[in-house]
Amino acid sequence: MSGYWRDIFVGAKSLLTGLCITGREFFRPVVTEQYPYEAPTLPAHFRGHIELIGNEETGEPNCVVCNMCQMACPSGCIALTGERAPSGKGRVLTSYMLDFTTCSLCGLCVESCKFNALHFSREYNRVAFDKNVFQMDLMARLKEQNQCKP
Amino acid sequence: MNLPRPQHYEETFVLNLGPQHPATHGVLRIKVTMDGEYVVKAEPVLGYIHRMHEKIAEQGNFAQFMPYTARMDYLHALAFNHGYCLVVERAAGIEVPERAEYIRVITVELNRIASHLLWWAAFLLDLGGFTPLLYAFDDREQILDLLERITGSRLTYCYFRFGGVCTDVDDEFISGTRAFITRLRKRLPTMYHSLVTGNIILIKRIKDIGIISREQCRLYGASGPVARGSGIDFDVRKHEPYSVYPELDFDIPVYPDGDSMARYMVRMDEIEQSLRIIEQALDKLPDGPIIAAKVPKNLKPEAGAFYAAVETARGSLGHRLICDGSKNPYRLKLRSPTFCNLSLYAEVAEGMMIADALAFLGSLDLVIPEIDR
Amino acid sequence: MMTHPFVRALIYLIGLMAFAGLNAAYLVWCERKGAARIQRRIGPCEVGWAGLLQPLADGLKLMTKQLLVPDGVDAALFRLAPVLAMLPGMVSLAVIPFSDTLQAREMELSALLIFAFASVGMLCVLLGGWASGNKFAIISSTRAVSQNLAYEIPMLLTVITIALIVGSLNLRDIAMEQQGNLFHWNLFRLEGWHILTMWISFIIFFICSIAETNRAPFDLAEAESELVAGYMTEYSSMGYGLFMMAEYINIVVGACLTATLFLGGWACPFGLAPGWWWFVLKIYVLIFTIIWVRWTYPRTQIYRLLNLSWKVMIPFSLVNLLITAGLVKFL
Repeated sequence: MSGYWRDIFVGAKSLLTGLCITGREFFRPVVTEQYPYEAPTLPAHFRGHIELIGNEETGEPNCVVCNMCQMACPSGCIALTGERAPSGKGRVLTSYMLDFTTCSLCGLCVESCKFNALHFSREYNRVAFDKNVFQMDLMARLKEQNQCKP
Repeated sequence: MNLPRPQHYEETFVLNLGPQHPATHGVLRIKVTMDGEYVVKAEPVLGYIHRMHEKIAEQGNFAQFMPYTARMDYLHALAFNHGYCLVVERAAGIEVPERAEYIRVITVELNRIASHLLWWAAFLLDLGGFTPLLYAFDDREQILDLLERITGSRLTYCYFRFGGVCTDVDDEFISGTRAFITRLRKRLPTMYHSLVTGNIILIKRIKDIGIISREQCRLYGASGPVARGSGIDFDVRKHEPYSVYPELDFDIPVYPDGDSMARYMVRMDEIEQSLRIIEQALDKLPDGPIIAAKVPKNLKPEAGAFYAAVETARGSLGHRLICDGSKNPYRLKLRSPTFCNLSLYAEVAEGMMIADALAFLGSLDLVIPEIDR
Repeated sequence: MMTHPFVRALIYLIGLMAFAGLNAAYLVWCERKGAARIQRRIGPCEVGWAGLLQPLADGLKLMTKQLLVPDGVDAALFRLAPVLAMLPGMVSLAVIPFSDTLQAREMELSALLIFAFASVGMLCVLLGGWASGNKFAIISSTRAVSQNLAYEIPMLLTVITIALIVGSLNLRDIAMEQQGNLFHWNLFRLEGWHILTMWISFIIFFICSIAETNRAPFDLAEAESELVAGYMTEYSSMGYGLFMMAEYINIVVGACLTATLFLGGWACPFGLAPGWWWFVLKIYVLIFTIIWVRWTYPRTQIYRLLNLSWKVMIPFSLVNLLITAGLVKFL
């Protein structure tokens, strides 16, 4: 019988405490981020899809077509081709395709690159109804970025 | 209170809980034979999200399996990173620098808190309380922001590398983590314990519900908070120490009752213990490299079998790796904690009422992709 | 002003339907906003200013969806149940006195009428669950029935205490009896020392009205995480919409009844300018409390719920009834 009364009193007290807490929260400011109106702040190491890094002066990709990124990729989403450079020394990139639909953003490709040719983009809101949009031509993307530069 | 339990069942019917059901948190299916609201027989049906992770491990080289580890237990992804790293490091004989070990412990424990917070939120959602979910997510968000800062991702981390971690922590991460510890310590007594743990409705719902005996835990190989809630003092971090856990001072919460409340309390206490671990690790964080100097690109460990266990938020996770001297694992077998914890369910849920059976299911803290792998 | 009884009935019919419809629509908005504030979110904010057009958008969405009638359901009952579910709330509103002049229909036993129709509401839930031919729906509807039966008893017992004090089951008489300031209200009634026991009646009545309207923490019939959506599982489109509207109208009726029985109806706490505005204020305070409670607690189990009624509520209300009877008799 003592349990019966204890349950009633302790229970009522716990229920009132609960109401007090939620009641207090009611008057406190909102903590959510209003996404489309507020852009999220991306941390320095944010992993978007990968993109090529262009040479500071020429804007040509730093890539030397060593294929390390392609070999490191667990899901085989990188395909690149190159040809012998016109100067006869080394190779230059002719196409760099990223299949973003299978990419898991693990970062192994970026880490495998010894020539500072790859980095993560800061694009966080790439969406599309067509999966072909995610078959990305990173060479074209680099060219576009070069044009945007002053 | 002793519930009336019918002695023999007439007119039963089968209720399919899942693969699409709000209480199964994913694609678990439980075939429940019921008599009225009583569960006569509960039969978990697995395999809806089986993705052959163990086979995938054999396809690529050692490093290429790393991102997949996070996709199994997506709530405590870093522990899976850690487990896999540990077994490969053991196989290849890689020494991990001390700073990397500390960073690993800090991030894994942060992730463990995030996992427990999410469990707490989802458990309360199972019990019909929606508001605590948002309060827990508020705290979890802080952890995700901290981890995103150094790992670059928010949920399926691929942060650990053989011999260390891939990015170093910065001062802002350290100060942010310290601020988070203070914040959570302040919020735990009110937002968690006063609002929910002390609530009479919650106590009545989970106390003495779903009692698992020590013997059952042993038989089914349960581990983690499920076993510790049944009075089994076993935690891989203490009993098969790895990384720098032996150098840190923390307790293993054990509750003897074996009911859902005990499992609940174990997890809540573990949050506090994890905060302690993080605090100490931050104090002790040495300078130095974050990754071992000479780790070959293509690992080729010698032939042999290796085993490493880590403690995830859900229990002990074992990786058994068999190498044949080539650059691919010959076989990788995972012993995942929730698979064993779920296998208890059929036996214990028998004779419960459906609402209790689902509360009990929630208290096991299931992550379905980890069961199916 | 004398109007033809038929015109009067028509005006009240339209008025009450508008009141019920607007309440059903905007209480959803209030609930979502309230829940959001408690959870420190913003809540609906896209449709209209502060999301005020959200109920309209929701309504349009529900109406444009297809009303699915799955195979194996009892099609006639399945369609009938949501329509019937709306009825009891509407009928009950007709006898609620909003002020001394604003009442659609005065009746001698109006309190009893509301309880009678509340039971009809429970039947509609049973009908909907049964007709759906869905296991979740059937479990849910049986739960709803046992829950409503269990909570009608303590609820009626507390109403008897009011009837003893006032000597009438006419809601208008009950409200008239409480006119004046705070201490004339049944809850704080100084006369006859009823202030001593009335708060027990009030708490019991309030809890029972939450349980009767199937609101959290007693929303066993809907129990989302157990029974998917309970008796509404198979309903789509406006079938679902009508059940939801019925739920909110029942909440309004519950709040109206509580305000009339315990909080002095349209009386002002300080005895100033009594009128329907006070009544409306009181019901919205009560409704907000119901929303607040919903977003604070987890759900209870069906056997705890029944235990609470049979082992706590009923004994307490019986003792309370005896004490009130004693007070009425001897003071």
